Amino acid sequence: MESLEQIKDRAETAIPGAKIDIVPNPGPANQPSLLIDNEHAPAIAKFLRDDAALRLDFCSNVTGVDWLDRVAKKTVKVKKVVDGEEKEVNQTTEEKIPGYLEAVYHLYSITHKHGAVIIRMRTEDRAAGARLPSLTPIWRSAEFQEREIYDLYGIRFDGHPDLRRILMWDEFEDHPMRKDYVQPDDFEWEPTPHDDVLARAKQHYTPRPELDGAEKITAGSGDTLKR
Amino acid sequence: MSEGQMDEALRRELQRQGVWVTSMQELYNWGRKNSIWPLQFGLACCAIEMIATAASRYDIARFGGEIFRPSPRQADLMIVAGTVTKKMAPQIVRLYNQMADPKYVISMGACAISGGPFKQGYNVLKGIDRYIPVDVYIPGCPPRPEALLHAFMELQRKIDEQKLTGADKAAHLDPQQPSEFPVPAFGRHDLEPPANADVFQPPKLERV
Repeated sequence: MESLEQIKDRAETAIPGAKIDIVPNPGPANQPSLLIDNEHAPAIAKFLRDDAALRLDFCSNVTGVDWLDRVAKKTVKVKKVVDGEEKEVNQTTEEKIPGYLEAVYHLYSITHKHGAVIIRMRTEDRAAGARLPSLTPIWRSAEFQEREIYDLYGIRFDGHPDLRRILMWDEFEDHPMRKDYVQPDDFEWEPTPHDDVLARAKQHYTPRPELDGAEKITAGSGDTLKR
Repeated sequence: MSEGQMDEALRRELQRQGVWVTSMQELYNWGRKNSIWPLQFGLACCAIEMIATAASRYDIARFGGEIFRPSPRQADLMIVAGTVTKKMAPQIVRLYNQMADPKYVISMGACAISGGPFKQGYNVLKGIDRYIPVDVYIPGCPPRPEALLHAFMELQRKIDEQKLTGADKAAHLDPQQPSEFPVPAFGRHDLEPPANADVFQPPKLERV
């Protein structure tokens, strides 16, 4: 299979106006991916699927990622003139990167037996109505997984044939896989709490200063029902 | 034998002579405990163990529980076998409400007891006993078929001890005792209510 750079160049020539970035993934996995622009995403996806050399006809996996606002620190060595002498000085720049939601698609070719090519799309922001174009018209297998992303991350997919929640009930309003999700407080009965669970269970504890740190389980208020 | 109305030695002596004496209560409970029809439904991997228990190797038929009914109207026992998700919980309560009295519940496995390994998940109910009364709990993940058989025998023992009359008579004979419980509604953030306070009182944990 050709390199991502070649795919990027060919796709950008084939689709006028399309903008593709290569997202590097340093580390053991070393799986760089293509960040495609939302406006031309369906056209790029169609190209990836139908191009004779690529034929990425199988979308095996779709998932979401929640990126919070973050600050990227960069240290650059800059030559500066200090006291009439030229010196190399470390200069730290901070870049604020606003948060966004991301959908990641893993593509393979059954025809040519190659893959995976990973494509990503990013929303403008993390607001409630964040939108992306749906790729279900290109790869049918994305239908349920885009519904799952909508359910758990809250990305709305334009052009999806049946965008409903798939795991949680329809009346549910939160998106549980978002990093700022707060789950309902039903921590009143935690026999062996630890870490975050301990912190939440503690809100239900009755303080007993006389025992100071000792733990004791007292009998409950008893059964009110016979069975 | 109810309330010790008859001398045990005399009874045994009569039995030796071919006269079998019993009480209404004994006969009633004997009949019920040896023909418990479970409701046929499974929720997760515990259901596989439940199926194994019903199959020939473990054979729950030895205890009179082999007739799994596909309708709650015909079932005596609800085996909650597996993870109860919050989306599924209202249906479980509804099925329980549709069962005819007398009815019993076995909470099978860690998930049905407390949520188990998924306890801190946003979508799993932290124990079915938050909404319906449970008779026997089986720990395990999943419990072996022997454990389910043990729970079944425990339930039979429990049925055998139920009284027909008196202040402490069985719940299904007492009109004061409820046989249906409110079905929780799908809320905006969680099930509403998150637990039925009439059924579920967590042991009070007193810590500093």
